Amino acid sequence: MIDLSLLPDGGMSWLEASGPGSHLVVSTRIRLARNLRHHRFPTRSDPGEREAILSEVEAAAGTTRALGRAVRLRLDRLERLDRQLLHERHLLSRELAAPENGARGRSGGGLMVQDQTSLMVNEEDHLRVQGLRSGFALADTWSIVAALDRELGERLTYAFHPEYGYLTSCPTNVGTGLRASVLVHLPGLVLTKEINKILQGLTQVGLTFRGLYGEGSEVVGNLFQLSNQTTLGKSEGELLDQLGKLVRRVMEHEEQARQLLLRGAPAILEDKVWRAYGLLRHARMLSFEETMNLLSGVRLGVGLRLIPDVSLYTLNRLLVFTQPAHLVVSPGRPLSDDELPVRRAAVVRQELGLSA
Amino acid sequence: MKCSNCGEREGVISLTHIEEGEVRTGSLCAACAKAKGIETGSELATTPLGGFLAALGESLGPEAGPTGRTEDRCGSCGATLRDFRETGRVGCADCYRTFATPLRELLRRLHGSTHHTGMRYEDGGPGPGTGPGASAPAARDRLREELRRAIEAEQFERAAELRDQLREPE
Repeated sequence: MIDLSLLPDGGMSWLEASGPGSHLVVSTRIRLARNLRHHRFPTRSDPGEREAILSEVEAAAGTTRALGRAVRLRLDRLERLDRQLLHERHLLSRELAAPENGARGRSGGGLMVQDQTSLMVNEEDHLRVQGLRSGFALADTWSIVAALDRELGERLTYAFHPEYGYLTSCPTNVGTGLRASVLVHLPGLVLTKEINKILQGLTQVGLTFRGLYGEGSEVVGNLFQLSNQTTLGKSEGELLDQLGKLVRRVMEHEEQARQLLLRGAPAILEDKVWRAYGLLRHARMLSFEETMNLLSGVRLGVGLRLIPDVSLYTLNRLLVFTQPAHLVVSPGRPLSDDELPVRRAAVVRQELGLSA
Repeated sequence: MKCSNCGEREGVISLTHIEEGEVRTGSLCAACAKAKGIETGSELATTPLGGFLAALGESLGPEAGPTGRTEDRCGSCGATLRDFRETGRVGCADCYRTFATPLRELLRRLHGSTHHTGMRYEDGGPGPGTGPGASAPAARDRLREELRRAIEAEQFERAAELRDQLREPE
């Protein structure tokens, strides 16, 4: 078992709810996909080559300012539960955490974490440079990611095509290799049934949406990750500008929807958020999906100042601490499928300050 | 429901079609659907590129040329176009040269462009490029130079793209 306290802030400063627009936006994430010029991409390389890549990248990263003090983890030395914990904290992709990789993690797979910057090695691409910050913070996140990319680019030879730009394992990432995602909470638009129109509009302008855990994950608890779909043909600045403008517009629509609900059906809205709070405070068994939906209700109540005593930080923490690997870790023994919902309900009551 | 074509295997996709002026519904198994050139959802879901790869395959007949033949191998990593269609992943940086024709077409379909306008990378670090903070005049000079080269090389589709980019207001 790894000691997650070794990670700066446990790798969870993105949950602080300290960033701009935290009442609507949980976090902002930007990643760059990069590959080394003289190696086969990870899906085609053998363990020996991946090992060589990891050594090369670790040596380069060790001399950067952005990752010089980083906590370094080798995935083939981590248990599956540890990898799952890191995935639940948004530090490791599903691909590297996934049980399909067997009990042992992928050979040559690595993770480095320092402050709000991290680097995955030998995932789908040789390097995945990531910045993750609290709230709606595209410019700040971009600045830390670009700084690390610059430092690494000076030390490593990237695969770059004069016309296509940065080359990646999957053609959907070619060009800038940039994927920026903003995790935003949109219960107002869901309740007023405006959400489908908004999401359709997004896809028409080259943006997309995903669930809490990125590609392939379901939308739960009205949390949507809005991100750029294309990576080629627009500069990094243009991609971030476009996403930023759109997120701001979606946030405005969400605020309007909330006001509409508050004016049009105040009793129903108030009842809904307090019911969610009541269930979370007292339930003895909670499924993950139910927990996410109830947390969404409470978050809406906190945002509208209907529920005074719960902090967004607590709600953000619960997004992570009610997930399976986190539930299993605290008792320090495997939990059966029947025990998980019981444990989840206990954790929720405890975090909400009501362990009774 | 059994497949309405072979009547043997279990149908995996439902089919509505008009035959002799009447709307008919039926079901096809994966093998019969494939034989009729209909992609089933299970096949599309095997790679994240799904329909794009299927479309790519359709556009590549046996006459697609040396870079579009499914059995040609990349000299650097040994990957074939078939590998790419199955995994959705390219084997190495050189694959983008080996399979230039189909990959260029795929990039154009995926992104609506094949021309990177972001930060440029020169060996030894990111170059001045057209990333955030790069000057617009420098970017336009580079576009003009590329346009000139594209016309010289008779790459007219590319030249048209570049011309459109140059026409956009700064």
